[in-house]
Amino acid sequence: MTITVVFYVLAAATVAAGLGVVLTTNVMHSALALMGALLGVASLFVLLGADFLGVVQLLVYVGGILVLTLFAVMLTSRVEMRVSNRAVGRLPALVVVAAVLGVMVRAITTTAWAMKEPAAPGPTVYAVGHAFLGTYLLPFEIASLVLLVALIGAVVVSRKEVRG
Amino acid sequence: MGPLGLHHFLVLGAVLFCLGLYCVLTRRNAIGILMGIELILNSANLNYVAFARYNGGEYDGQIFAIFVIMLAAAEAAVGLAIVLGIYQGFETIEVEATDRLRG
Amino acid sequence: MSITPAPYTALIPLVPLAGAVVLGLGGSTIQKRLGEKAIGLIACGTVAVAFAVSVVAFLHLVGMPAEQRFLLANLFPWFDTGTLKVDIAFAVDPLSAVMILVVTGIGGLIHLYATGYMHGDQGFWRFFAYLNLFTFAMLTLVLGDSLLLMFVGWEGVGLCSWGLIGFWHKEMANARAGNKAFIVNRIGDFGFVLGIFLLFWSLDAAGHATLTFRELAQQAHLLEDATFWGWPIATLVTLFLFVGATGKSAQIPLYVWLPDAMAGPTPVSALIHAATMVTAGVYMIARTSFLFSMAPMTLAVVSTIGVATALMAATIALAQNDIKKVLAYSTVSQLGYMFLAMGVGAYAAGIFHLMTHAFFKACLFLGSGSVIHAMGGEQDMRKMGGLRAHLPATSTTFIVATCAIAGLPPLAGFFSKDEILWQAFSSEHGSPVLWAVGLVVAGLTAFYMFRQVFMVFFGECRADEHTKHHLHESPASMTVPLWILMAGSVVAGLLWIPNVFTPFAQWLEPVLGGHHAGGHGEAHHALGLELGLMALSVVVALAGISVAYLMYYRGAIKPDTFSELAGGAPYRVVLNKYYVDEFYELVFVRGLGIGGARVLAWFDATIIDGIVNGAATLGRGVSWAIGLFDGGVVDGAVNGVGDGAWAVGRQLRRLQTGAITAYLYVIAFGVLGGVFLYWSIAVAS
Repeated sequence: MTITVVFYVLAAATVAAGLGVVLTTNVMHSALALMGALLGVASLFVLLGADFLGVVQLLVYVGGILVLTLFAVMLTSRVEMRVSNRAVGRLPALVVVAAVLGVMVRAITTTAWAMKEPAAPGPTVYAVGHAFLGTYLLPFEIASLVLLVALIGAVVVSRKEVRG
Repeated sequence: MGPLGLHHFLVLGAVLFCLGLYCVLTRRNAIGILMGIELILNSANLNYVAFARYNGGEYDGQIFAIFVIMLAAAEAAVGLAIVLGIYQGFETIEVEATDRLRG
Repeated sequence: MSITPAPYTALIPLVPLAGAVVLGLGGSTIQKRLGEKAIGLIACGTVAVAFAVSVVAFLHLVGMPAEQRFLLANLFPWFDTGTLKVDIAFAVDPLSAVMILVVTGIGGLIHLYATGYMHGDQGFWRFFAYLNLFTFAMLTLVLGDSLLLMFVGWEGVGLCSWGLIGFWHKEMANARAGNKAFIVNRIGDFGFVLGIFLLFWSLDAAGHATLTFRELAQQAHLLEDATFWGWPIATLVTLFLFVGATGKSAQIPLYVWLPDAMAGPTPVSALIHAATMVTAGVYMIARTSFLFSMAPMTLAVVSTIGVATALMAATIALAQNDIKKVLAYSTVSQLGYMFLAMGVGAYAAGIFHLMTHAFFKACLFLGSGSVIHAMGGEQDMRKMGGLRAHLPATSTTFIVATCAIAGLPPLAGFFSKDEILWQAFSSEHGSPVLWAVGLVVAGLTAFYMFRQVFMVFFGECRADEHTKHHLHESPASMTVPLWILMAGSVVAGLLWIPNVFTPFAQWLEPVLGGHHAGGHGEAHHALGLELGLMALSVVVALAGISVAYLMYYRGAIKPDTFSELAGGAPYRVVLNKYYVDEFYELVFVRGLGIGGARVLAWFDATIIDGIVNGAATLGRGVSWAIGLFDGGVVDGAVNGVGDGAWAVGRQLRRLQTGAITAYLYVIAFGVLGGVFLYWSIAVAS
């Protein structure tokens, strides 16, 4: 019972943050709202017993990606800090999104999900580490390669033209 | 409502997904679009973890979620680097300005 | 009929052939090494041998019963294809026996004469080679046992005639005369060949195809009722054969070559154009008499043309001044008599006249040759006169022969000509009109022949001094034949004295049949009529002689009286041979020949070239059309594809807005669509 309440609170917070991302015109505000949404998701992860994942989310997503986004925002803004972030074509998008939402909710509620009894939550670090170097060794290594490539690519793409 | 079940999380994931989709479809700012993409990715992660939880002690969902986060990082890095490149070329990051490939 | 094999008779034509080959190949060498004498010896020798063998064959026949007189020398098969079976075979029967005796006998005398006449000529050997070859061809013609072999000889004599007429070919006129003879003959030969074809074809249709004379005689009755396009076949065949005869024997309309043929040496004129070649047509009709007897219409044509030719030629001869031309037209006229005889069915009489005519005409021609020889080449009678004193042998023989041709009894010409006139009057195919015209011609003949005699041999000599000094009688080689021929002209007629002594007619009866009505066996009133007509013809002849005497000997009637009659026009027409040559030249040579060439040239330039050019233009047109197709359709298709692709691309390009938002929409739709699809499939299953 309690857990349900906690869930709803966290869910509402996350959704509110998400709305914030969507609705604000200032990209800075939008980024901050995103941060709130990410925090909400991280807490939901913890609620679902994925403690390691929640921390990773905080570290990587909030601490890395979001900060990077803020950097980008600041680097690409003009003299005035109010970067325009208007939305255009709202009505068609609303229609599409509403339709998608409707279909998805219906799908979720009418499907007989094959569920098993959830296990008791426990520390997952050991299990995740074990899996990374066991079953998922190859994807793990490739993922690190991907990160390397992305790193190099990002540097190359964002280099200024050298005039001279 | 009932007790907390899988579908709660799934519905939440759907809502987040739609918010992210709306963001992607309507924003003019390139970074705004990227933020929408982040929301979509997070909703996907939520789905993964929820299924992992309600699948009885298997952690595959979480592993996948970690992978997603990693790739999201890579993608964000490259994407924002591109945005910087666009800014350098066009003096603006509004997606409407980048129509040089108009056929 | 019984056939007696007699291979030796093949010698008759073959020995002269051997002579021709030897003289033709080696003659010039022989002449250089051994002289003219050797050539003359070879040439006359071969003909003498042929004459001897002919006499042997004749005696052989005499010793056989009349119905069996048939000697055959079958050398080898010639054609043996399908229904046509012809051999190279020579047949001696009473008719051909007469012919070979005439050809080899008189021919031999002329050969002898020619050795004297042609003395000193560069082409001496060539002349005798041709002469021997001619003898061979003529004997083949006469002895051939089939129409085909006869035709070979027919063509052969035509060829030799060409070569001999144009013997002195360096003169263009002589060469042209030779060509004229050959070409006109060829026209006749075409008719002959058509006749042979038609005959063979119709006999083949009746089931008994043959071209051998003895078989034809037996099978001819099969054609009695056969017709071709409505015409009786016998009539058509005989008409075609007669066309050939008109060419070879110089009747209307193909006689024009004979006067021109006088361009050849006189022995040639004597042999070919008096005694032998021109008689081939008469002989041919006699040989195929069984066919002619089946075609009364053809007989009428033959007799009419014969008598018309006789009359026309006689009138022309009245005005001629060249000694040989008079004789030439006289020959045409006498040949007309022979055809008159054939046309009334008196085949034997025609052959009889052929024989007597050979004697006196050869004598006349050789005599004229002697005169020309003495006059140093002059042939115009107006420059002659009083030659009797200088040329005794020549003039005697000439005058006797002239009496013979004029029909004075008891010389040969009287009997033969009268037999013809009697048959023309009394035969079932004859008519008094034919007789009357023949009588007139007899009178004219007497006149112009004696005109010639008086102009040449009597009166004052009108030659110039130079020629007068050269007047001399000809050598023995030339005069001996003249005497012999004169003797023949005198006695030959005695072989057929009607109702008294007719060995000639009896001799020919097995071959020619008793094809003369009113012969010895008819009622006696016919005899009286016959004698009366005979007397009448003598009177007419004497009348002609008298007029000539008065005009040219006495000078009582001036020739100018006639030549200037009616303004001189009739005289000029006759002098110019009725302008027939000019007419032929204009119509056939110029008209058909050159006109035809012009028409064909027009045809070639306009129509043929038109077609060719038209084809080219058509090709151009087609290629233009194809070009249109290629440019329009093909290029259109190709360009169309390109344009289509471009148009489609242009539409597709609108997708490329460059607007990222639009792309995102598309992505979103695509993904969601795919998910939806998957979901629906999963639900359905």
